[in-house]
Amino acid sequence: MSALHPDEITAGRLTGALVPDRPLTMDPQTGDGTLIDDPSKRAPLVLNNRSFHDVTEIVCGYCEQRPGGWWLPVFGLVSTLAGIGTLMILYLLVTGVGVWGLNNQVDWAWDITNFVFWIGIGHAGTLISAILCLLKQKWRTSINRAAEAMTIFAVICAGTFPGIHVGRIWMIWMVFPIPNANAIWPNFRSPLLWDVFAVSTYFTVSLLFWYMGMIPDFATLRDRAALRLKRATGPTVAPFVNIRQDQLRAWIYGLLSMGWRFSTRHWQNYEKAYIMLAGVSTPLVLSVHSIVSFDFATSILPGWHTTIFPPYFVAGAIFGGFAMVLGLMIPARELYPNMKELITLRHLENMAKIILVTGSMVGFAYAMEFFIAWYSANKYEADVFMYNRLMPPFIADWLGLERSAPYWWAYWAMISCNVLSPQLFWVKRFRTSPLWIFVVSMAVTVGMWFERFVIIVTSLHRAFLPGEWGMFFPTPVDILTFVGTVGIFVTLFMLFLRFLPAFAMSEIKNVMPQASPHPDHH
Amino acid sequence: MSKARKIYKTEDGGVVYGVMAEFDTPADLFHAAEMVRDAGYSRWDVYSPFPVHGMEEAMGLKATKLPLLTGIVGLSGAGLGYLFQWWVTTKGYATVVQGKPFDAFQPWVPVTFEIGVLFTAFCALLGMFAFNALPMWYHPLLKKDRFLRVSDDRFVICIEASDPKFDPDRTRELLEKLHGRHFDFVEE
Repeated sequence: MSALHPDEITAGRLTGALVPDRPLTMDPQTGDGTLIDDPSKRAPLVLNNRSFHDVTEIVCGYCEQRPGGWWLPVFGLVSTLAGIGTLMILYLLVTGVGVWGLNNQVDWAWDITNFVFWIGIGHAGTLISAILCLLKQKWRTSINRAAEAMTIFAVICAGTFPGIHVGRIWMIWMVFPIPNANAIWPNFRSPLLWDVFAVSTYFTVSLLFWYMGMIPDFATLRDRAALRLKRATGPTVAPFVNIRQDQLRAWIYGLLSMGWRFSTRHWQNYEKAYIMLAGVSTPLVLSVHSIVSFDFATSILPGWHTTIFPPYFVAGAIFGGFAMVLGLMIPARELYPNMKELITLRHLENMAKIILVTGSMVGFAYAMEFFIAWYSANKYEADVFMYNRLMPPFIADWLGLERSAPYWWAYWAMISCNVLSPQLFWVKRFRTSPLWIFVVSMAVTVGMWFERFVIIVTSLHRAFLPGEWGMFFPTPVDILTFVGTVGIFVTLFMLFLRFLPAFAMSEIKNVMPQASPHPDHH
Repeated sequence: MSKARKIYKTEDGGVVYGVMAEFDTPADLFHAAEMVRDAGYSRWDVYSPFPVHGMEEAMGLKATKLPLLTGIVGLSGAGLGYLFQWWVTTKGYATVVQGKPFDAFQPWVPVTFEIGVLFTAFCALLGMFAFNALPMWYHPLLKKDRFLRVSDDRFVICIEASDPKFDPDRTRELLEKLHGRHFDFVEE
């Protein structure tokens, strides 16, 4: 009898029975057993000595079994928000961009803030799937699928805003180089056009990468449905409709799997294609947020015209994206059965460390902006930082200054959320506690939204001539459109967890200890 | 190669596609693959729920040409993107924008790069399908219930009847010697 898959388990498989429940044992020193500080010991990536078959059952169970009672109310709430957001967009399209609070001075506000916010969220997914893949970080395997899904959905939310902010949506095709009767072509010297290419390439490549990763897992779902179909019973799709759910699964997953049959000759090309996609996604993700930052950096506006923007934006994007991954996966691992065995405390700790590193890089960039504003001896640049961002009115009164920053609260919200809150992760107790990680990641998500708001609105609202200074106040449409995109994002993510393989099963199996063809070595 | 392939039939009269055997662990599978390779078979394959590390060498597979193709396509895409921008900016729609020169290459770098990445990604995925002859929604092996469990936790070697060295008894003996279990003839 084999240690890997004893035949009594084989006999009982596919009965729809749940995975044998093994509660996690918690240790004060090592948490769930993965927080080992000894570098000579390898922390397990999957807990509870699971077999390959257990991993298949756990992961497929998320899309084959009905989720808990919490699912429908939560889904109802977020899809309602998504509906409200869609209505707001329709309202904007039939009325005009005047329904937002934009004015002559602040002509970019929440729209572009939301665009940069969402596109940045996506970058953590690509970092996990591509950069950590090239660096052979095995722990990525249990979070990469969900993170890639998050990338796709975040880029969908991001892409909405440049599309709808143009005012005349029916002319949006002009951003693409499409041959037309007027022989007009786009201006390739504009960073806004680079942005069109960067974001659409990013979305397409992320989608291809995500889909390719799912092909073997679609095949697993297909084969399980096909095997169950040969048994007599199973729920139908609707009462009085003689199509079984497993028939639909076998068709849909079968179509998506392209007839994958786990052949080594296929795996060889597959692994090469995968590593090449990772290889091009790595510079791609760095280029996308660099190009997003060019939208600002190539202008002459004080506060935007800065060479530090590309690296600063990329670090901030990864920072905010990891916060969102944690914000989604920490509740998911509480709500779904056995997910804590796949996403261990060590996974959370690793991501908390990345938040600490990138948060400190972002903090360094904030400080460097101030230094350059002073060092450049440019009056306009210095004033943007001192009087558009930093100076609260009560301090200005106390110092006897004539001016203060009306948006000082946004600036200080950004500093406390992005620079101060991640510093908690220097302490092991905070960076290994899911609750604290969740709190900090929510703070970071808020802080990263404020960062984009600060960059865009506080630079615009008081530029060169005091005669054109103004303020921006959001309208309810502004607010509900943003809340609506949060709804769209979470709705799509919940549908992903419900219907698609949420974990890369073949990759997780590959990093389990029993996957080695040479078990006697190392 | 012109030699007509010998057709084997099962007791039910079905044409034999090959003989398959299951293995318990990646290690058994690995050693069995090395032995099948050394026995000189050429039309056979190893099926595993994940790519077993080093299996290409154990099977004696040649390196794939996919990276070469993808590299060529990616660079061609970047080149085409560059040429297109050059044509638009200097010929097709030469417009003065902020007094900048028409033929400066620097503003074309970002879009050239993005188009190169786009071509590379499409070529990697579509090339993977083409090299693997996918999509193929029908395959003799997929009719076998036991085979469908490869997608869960089983390891299978299948030696095809079209292999010049294939012999129903001798091939089966070889797989038996290698600790294979659950032999089965796969019918086309």
